[in-house]
Amino acid sequence: MYAFNYHRPDSVSAAAAILAKGGDAKLLAGGQTLIPAMKLRLASPGEIIDLGRVSELTGISTEGKVLVIGAMTPHAMVAGSPAVKSAVPALAELAHMIGDPAVRARGTIGGSIANNDPAADYPAACLGLGATIVTNKQEIAADAFFKGIFETALGDGEIITKVKFPAPEKAAYAKFPNPASRFALVGVFIAKTGSGVRVAVTGAGSNGVFRVPALEAALAKSFTPEAIAGVKVGSDGLNSDIHADAAYRAHLIGVMAKRAVAAAH
Amino acid sequence: MSFSITLTVNGEMRTVALEDPRVTLLDLLRERLELTGTKKGCDRGQCGACTILVDGRRVNSCLALAVSHDGADILTIEGLATGEALHPVQAAFIAHDGFQCGFCTPGQIMSAVGLIREGQAGDDPERVREGMSGNLCRCGAYAGITQAVLEAQTRLAEADRKLVA
Repeated sequence: MYAFNYHRPDSVSAAAAILAKGGDAKLLAGGQTLIPAMKLRLASPGEIIDLGRVSELTGISTEGKVLVIGAMTPHAMVAGSPAVKSAVPALAELAHMIGDPAVRARGTIGGSIANNDPAADYPAACLGLGATIVTNKQEIAADAFFKGIFETALGDGEIITKVKFPAPEKAAYAKFPNPASRFALVGVFIAKTGSGVRVAVTGAGSNGVFRVPALEAALAKSFTPEAIAGVKVGSDGLNSDIHADAAYRAHLIGVMAKRAVAAAH
Repeated sequence: MSFSITLTVNGEMRTVALEDPRVTLLDLLRERLELTGTKKGCDRGQCGACTILVDGRRVNSCLALAVSHDGADILTIEGLATGEALHPVQAAFIAHDGFQCGFCTPGQIMSAVGLIREGQAGDDPERVREGMSGNLCRCGAYAGITQAVLEAQTRLAEADRKLVA
C-alpha cells in the first residue's frame, strides 16, 4: 500500500469539501474492495476520505412505498432489517447472499454501487427495481447510473448519500455464485411492478449489469417460469473466463430467470 | 501525519500512537500489541485467518484500518479463555479435531463465536457451513469444524439456560 493522507469527516458536506480539493482523493466506505486494491497497488489514492463517522449516511427508512437505504448501511443491516424484509424482501435476501459474514459486516450498499463490480449483487437490485441513486448533487435513475465495468454516472466530487427503492408487487433474486468468492457467475433480479416487469442481470455481461428486454416482454404477458422457457438469451456481449464461457452464462441467465420468477414474492 | 487511537482489546483499554494511517487492525494487534494469535493469511480478505470481533461483529482485521476503528471494542482469540479454562468453542474444536495444522484455527474459532452470537445458524449443518464460509481451511478440517460449532452452540445454550434458572 502506498502512503496516503487520512481524513475522517463527520458530515457529507465536510467530505465533499475535502473531495473538492482534488489531490487524487478516494472515498473509503466499508473498505472491502478499496483496501485490498490498495494493498495490491491497483489503487494508490493520495487522500483517503473515511466516511465511517458520517452518521447521516447510515440507516434504513420507508417513505410511503419507497424504501430508502443510506449509502453507508452495511449489507448485514440490510439483510436483517424488518423494514427491508417487509417492503422488498428480495433485497434483504440478496444482501444476505453477498460475500461472507465478515464482508457483510463491513461492506456497504453505497460502496458496492459506486464500485460497480460487474459481478456484484447490488447493481442487479438497483437496476431490477428501478432504484434512484441519490447523491450530494442530484438524483440518478439506475438505468442511467451503471455505465460499464467499474464505471458509473458519478461525477467529480459526487458522493452517494442514499438509494431509493420503490417497493415492487413481487420480486426475487436468483444467483449462481462462484463457489469460492460468492461473486455472481450469473445473478438475475426480477421485479414485477405497477409499470411492468424488469429483469436485470449481473455477473454475465462484459459491460456490467444489464436488462433483458426479451425476458421482460414475455414476463409482462405472463409472469410465470413457463412464459420464458422458450425465450433464447444470446451470448453476444457476455463474459468468457476460467469459470464459465459466454454460452454457459447465457444458459444460466435463462435458468436463474426461471428460478427468480418462481421464487418471486 | 500521526494519530492516537484508543481501543478496548479483550476488555483492556489500550492507547496506541500511529505514525502512519496504513496500519491495519491485524498489524496493530500483531506488531504493536503483541497479540499474535490472530493470523495473517492472504492479507486481502479472502481467507478469514485474521477474523476478530469488532463491536461484536465478525470482521477481517486485514481489511480494517486501525485508525478507522478508534474507540472500538475488540475481541481476539487471546480474550476467549478464562484463565486455564478454555472457551466452549475452543474446547469443542479440540474434541472434534476441528483443525490439522492450526493456522486458520484462531480465525475459525472467532468466526464460530460470532456465528453463535448472531444466533442465525440453528442446528442445521448446512447453515453452519454457510455461516462459516468466510473462513478457509486448507487442511480441509471442515467436517470437524462444523461438528465443533454445533456442539459448542448446544453447550453455550445449555449454559445460558442454567444461568437463567
